Amino acid sequence: MIVGLKCRNCGKRYPEEPVSICEDCFGPLEVEYDYEKIKESLSIEKIEKGPNTLWRYKDLLPVKSKVVDLKAGFTPLHKADNLAEELGLKELYIKNDSVNPTFSFKDRVVSVAVSKALEFGFDTVGCASTGNLANSVAAHAAKAKLKCYIFIPADLNLGKIIQTLVYGPNLIGVKGNYDEVNRLCTEIAGYYDWGFVNINLRPYYAEGSKTLGYEVAEQLGWTTPDRIVVPVASGSLLTKIWKGFNELVEVDIIDEVKTRVTAAQAQGCSPVVTAFLTNSEVKPVRPNTIEKSLAIGNPADGYYAVKVLKESMGTAGAASDEEIIDGIKLLAKTEGIFTETAGGVVVGTLKKLVENGEIDKDERVVIYITGNGLKTQDVLADYLPSLIKINPDLNEFNELLKKKTTVKEVAI
Amino acid sequence: MAIVRLATPLRKYSQGKPEITAPGKTLKEVIMNIDSASPGFAEKILENDEIKRFVNIYVNNEDVRLGDGLNTKVGEKDTISILPAVSGG
Repeated sequence: MIVGLKCRNCGKRYPEEPVSICEDCFGPLEVEYDYEKIKESLSIEKIEKGPNTLWRYKDLLPVKSKVVDLKAGFTPLHKADNLAEELGLKELYIKNDSVNPTFSFKDRVVSVAVSKALEFGFDTVGCASTGNLANSVAAHAAKAKLKCYIFIPADLNLGKIIQTLVYGPNLIGVKGNYDEVNRLCTEIAGYYDWGFVNINLRPYYAEGSKTLGYEVAEQLGWTTPDRIVVPVASGSLLTKIWKGFNELVEVDIIDEVKTRVTAAQAQGCSPVVTAFLTNSEVKPVRPNTIEKSLAIGNPADGYYAVKVLKESMGTAGAASDEEIIDGIKLLAKTEGIFTETAGGVVVGTLKKLVENGEIDKDERVVIYITGNGLKTQDVLADYLPSLIKINPDLNEFNELLKKKTTVKEVAI
Repeated sequence: MAIVRLATPLRKYSQGKPEITAPGKTLKEVIMNIDSASPGFAEKILENDEIKRFVNIYVNNEDVRLGDGLNTKVGEKDTISILPAVSGG
């Protein structure tokens, strides 16, 4: 039930086409819906009878017909009592989006964008990516039988390169950081008539992230939490989760949103956090962090992300590389969830904000874990115990146990 | 003269061409020279003498916001790209 596109900056309206930029002010275009019509057909019962994927919310997504579906979404919301105890929180949940088909939340946005590419009749899709998007676009293009061009920084984590190549796209490693890859890709998009998921299909693509708001509300019994902590790269995910919560009010599914939104970035690339904390414009930075999936130095939606932080009376924090590693290990040791570096940023930031009192211990908190640890194993190599090796001999094992130190200590 | 690559919404100032050449020793001079030939161009990308929020400009692939902004020096063989701010990867 799309009405069309609307500029978020100046309000100018556009028909439903593969465009993402306002020709008047260069502002980003956003999908506009007829909420009155949606309200007539949408109900909690209808959603709950839907598929166990993001497509249970199809009424609130900008896709009309055929969907390219790898069964993304409707991922688990874990009650994280162990981590909550460790941090001193009363009620903490983990939205574990690392279990999607290509192991990150990007499957939500790409499922929508590639479906839309088919609707528009594109025969080729593409993207600029820090890794997770590359994985997902390659997989969905394979499923949709579309040609695919993907551009990534050439020094990306090996796991993410392999996990993209396996689907058979044209993968191009650009000698530069993400911002340089993205700049090149934006130029290429101006010369070739392809469906770039995060460029000319961006208004549709970004809508997929709203489902991370809908799902958390549904999994909490159609309520929203007191606090969410969201990793920030371009800023799109954070703004769309907020939009998702508020749309549920708009269509009478929930009564109110009282959620404080918190942004988490790596200290080595924190333009949104800095802008929020210093009450200034988002200024581009040159990323310098082990956290590559969030390393966007010039975040396109940074302005809107800061706006959401202020509107929701939220806050923002940044984790150092050491805190990112500690965050990954803490989540794995307490909750059995292995996340990539972006998850380390979230846990590291949460820990810091609870410790300094910015997040109250009584709040009901949800943190978004958006990518799987198997993708960025290389960053952990120097921070884990070395393997204990023994011969296949019972006595040798008994000797090992007899040592005064515990197995854990031996390992360290 | 520097080569100036234009995003699609700006190509109405270049008769539809994706790139044009323009004289000027700084980025601002180049923009104002294009504006003299195609009035309205500067207003589209600048506001209060600054680059608009949703516009990114690169000289030889370097984001000018990380350097001297509109005062960035431009050489005869340099390439300027004027692009919309889009990202998310």
